[in-house]
Amino acid sequence: MDLKDKLVSSFMAFEETVDMDSSVHDIRSEAIKIFEEKGFPSKKDEAWKYTSLNAILKHDYSIFPKKEDAIEFKDVKKYFIHDLDSYKIVFIDGQYSSHLSETTHDKIDVCLMSSALTNEKYKAVIDNYFNKVAPKDGLSSLNTAFSREGAYIHIRKNTLADKPIQVIHFSTGNESSQMLQPRNLIVVDENSHVQIIERHQSLTDNPVLTNTVTEIFADKRAIVDYYKIQNDNLNASLIDNTFIQQLTQSLVSVHTFVFGGKLIRNNLNFYQLGEGINSVLNGVTIIEGKQHVDHNTLVHHTQPNCESHQDYKGIFDEKAVGVFNGKIIVNKEAQKTNAFQSNNNILLDDKASINSKPQLEIFADDVKCSHGCTIGQLDENALFYMRTRGIGDKEARALLMYAFANNVLDTVKIPQLKQRINKLIANKLNVNLGFDL
Amino acid sequence: MRMAYTEDDLKKELETKEYEYGFYTDIESETFPVGLNEDIVRAISLKKEEPQWMTDWRLEAFRVWKEMKEPEWANVRYEKPDFQAISYYSAPNKKPKYESLDEVDPELLDTFKKLGISLDEQKKLAGVAVDIVMDSVSVATTFKETLAEKGIIFCSISEAIQKHPELVKKYIGSVVPQKDNFYAALNSAVFSDGSFCYIPKGVRCPMELSTYFRINQAGTGQFERTLVVADKGSYVSYLEGCTAPSRDENQLHAAVVELIALDDAEIKYSTVQNWYPGNAEGKGGVYNFVTKRGLCETRAKISWTQVETGSAVTWKYPSCILKGDNSVGEFYSIAVTNNYQQADTGTKMVHLGKNTKSTIISKGISAGKSQNSYRGLVQINSRASNARNFSQCDSLLMGNECGAHTFPYIEAKNKTAQIEHEATTSKIGEDQIFYCNQRGIDTEKAIALIVNGFSKEVLNKLPMEFAVEAQKLLEISLEGSVG
Repeated sequence: MDLKDKLVSSFMAFEETVDMDSSVHDIRSEAIKIFEEKGFPSKKDEAWKYTSLNAILKHDYSIFPKKEDAIEFKDVKKYFIHDLDSYKIVFIDGQYSSHLSETTHDKIDVCLMSSALTNEKYKAVIDNYFNKVAPKDGLSSLNTAFSREGAYIHIRKNTLADKPIQVIHFSTGNESSQMLQPRNLIVVDENSHVQIIERHQSLTDNPVLTNTVTEIFADKRAIVDYYKIQNDNLNASLIDNTFIQQLTQSLVSVHTFVFGGKLIRNNLNFYQLGEGINSVLNGVTIIEGKQHVDHNTLVHHTQPNCESHQDYKGIFDEKAVGVFNGKIIVNKEAQKTNAFQSNNNILLDDKASINSKPQLEIFADDVKCSHGCTIGQLDENALFYMRTRGIGDKEARALLMYAFANNVLDTVKIPQLKQRINKLIANKLNVNLGFDL
Repeated sequence: MRMAYTEDDLKKELETKEYEYGFYTDIESETFPVGLNEDIVRAISLKKEEPQWMTDWRLEAFRVWKEMKEPEWANVRYEKPDFQAISYYSAPNKKPKYESLDEVDPELLDTFKKLGISLDEQKKLAGVAVDIVMDSVSVATTFKETLAEKGIIFCSISEAIQKHPELVKKYIGSVVPQKDNFYAALNSAVFSDGSFCYIPKGVRCPMELSTYFRINQAGTGQFERTLVVADKGSYVSYLEGCTAPSRDENQLHAAVVELIALDDAEIKYSTVQNWYPGNAEGKGGVYNFVTKRGLCETRAKISWTQVETGSAVTWKYPSCILKGDNSVGEFYSIAVTNNYQQADTGTKMVHLGKNTKSTIISKGISAGKSQNSYRGLVQINSRASNARNFSQCDSLLMGNECGAHTFPYIEAKNKTAQIEHEATTSKIGEDQIFYCNQRGIDTEKAIALIVNGFSKEVLNKLPMEFAVEAQKLLEISLEGSVG
């Protein structure tokens, strides 16, 4: 039985374990029908031209999480940014882990999707926002059908979240292979501000497939900083679907740092529904071996005087494959739009490859839109310069790569996080430069 | 005081501007019954007195075509042509072989006069030989003797099939195979005529070669086949220009152009395309589905330059296969769309050899309710070390009912590849116009100046003789904006 059939037939069993009476029931039932009809995307779909899911769909994933597995904090401490005072929402094999988490209901709600979906107190928010921006494609619908657990974050009007929020999903590998479908909802009301760090981590080498959906709603003048750290082990694959709806003068930045994982697909979609909105999409990808990373972005400008800035950097070694597919749509009402997109890549090996497809679809005349894409190598002259000054070959190369990625790293606003990312990069490049960049 | 000339005025003018070259020459034509089947393909081949291998080649293409579907991935919307409602062959009845202009049908001469490309004028212009294709069959060829002295073969493709079968047999379909795509297969099966050009080893063609294509007979699709072979170390500059008369029903144009540049050869292929774009309501107009591709051997160079102003629907991607080491491909394009025109055009640069270089400069201008798309592929294969590509696609929008789109595909499989791609979309800035106004340049002239400057990089690539006509065609498409 292939994975699609297995998922569809498991749906009934799943339904019995969750609340059948909730309003979400109808949404789930509709979603499974859509998934049944559309299934997983194939290479025949234009948006999936360069990424095939076949290799990761062939495992016989267990779909339902078993009972919570006890993990001691000391075993997983290294995956937290522990020197950062933060709220934490931690999941182990899809189940909430209360002893690793630190949640709050004080002015802001940082808690669980499962309680939000069932508790009457959150009904208004769920009715207003749940599944409102996620499109009805196969993968998102699959997630919607099995949506039960994830992070629920609601920042009320005129509130500054007092500390960043870390959302971490662990998989223990108790099952020989596992499929996880976290569902996150983030609602940031008027004039509010929040910083969120998301991470997926498997603790063994057993294959894991994560198909996650995150919906983010930024109301007027809200500011959202979202950081995705994708540094999982080489048997873990991730399909990240993030949908962001922005209202007037809001600012949402999503930073994606990819160093690990077998196959990673980021579907990052911004829908601008007001004026004076700014959307920022940044990414650094450093991969090697047989890793495959696909960034698929969409920014849809529908109103005048908005901006979007995209900056994706990639370094690809050995047989790694990089894909960038960035689409900007400017509706004819969206005059005075400034939309910029840049995708720079470095290939370090002849077996590595990069496929880049920056698209513009523009229907308004008074706009400034541009995209740029480059593919190149490290500059031999610069390397030579550093070598003549006594810097080792490996370090010199690492320095150049740091410099290449630096303008994206600079946009990280949490110092401890920035330091952590620097460390991850240093580990990835296997160098110790002896100073922080 | 005269009211200031604004962009809105320009837009209005553009919309109301009628196609100037819409006229129809009444020359008796011999036309086949409509429809397409193996018999028609055989009949075309028979009509042209072709050898058996050519008939077989056509039939093979037809059989492949029957199995194929029309491509739907392009960013264009149109009513699909009914391929069984088209007549696949028409030729002027009188088929004279002229030595001088006096012998040419005066009606024809008149047509060219209206087009502003009279043979008289052409002859006076420095060394342009014109092989005029009027409804599929060559009716006049000049300067043939000069070319013959150098050993250059420049004739219609039907003549080449008769006289130089070894060359045609060797190269036809070698760059664009019969089964390449739907329209290429159709063309391979039914092509009526076209041009053939062979430049021998080491010869530099002393003049610009040009052909004017015209669609003339109502209801006839035109299927041109062009084959240019530049032997080792030779050089040729080839010009192709088109204008078509006004028609209410859609006309289909599915041409195939194959260029072969052998070692150290250089081919420069320039096109000015001004098929009838349909009227202001988007009715009528030519469907232009063209397959153009060139193959570069070692150190060879192919340069495509195109000015696309006409056609209701354009689907065209002049491409270069950079097979040999150190070969060079270039693509310079201006695509202007107005009213309801739709253009999906661009190029493919396939880097196979080492040290190959390609340059892409594409300028799109959209006005009215038109849609203008750039679609391109830059592919660096794993053996193509030190490949270099530079791409730039700029779009200029006039009015908020048109659209500009870019779909660039960039695929690199070699670490030594260097690829740059840039695209911008903008409109004519108010500050730019203000700057010109300040210096005593009125708004109309200022817009002309800016559009001209925007397209200049490409216009400069056209041969002198052609640049004049290109300007003329830009004027028609964007009247009042090009000074």
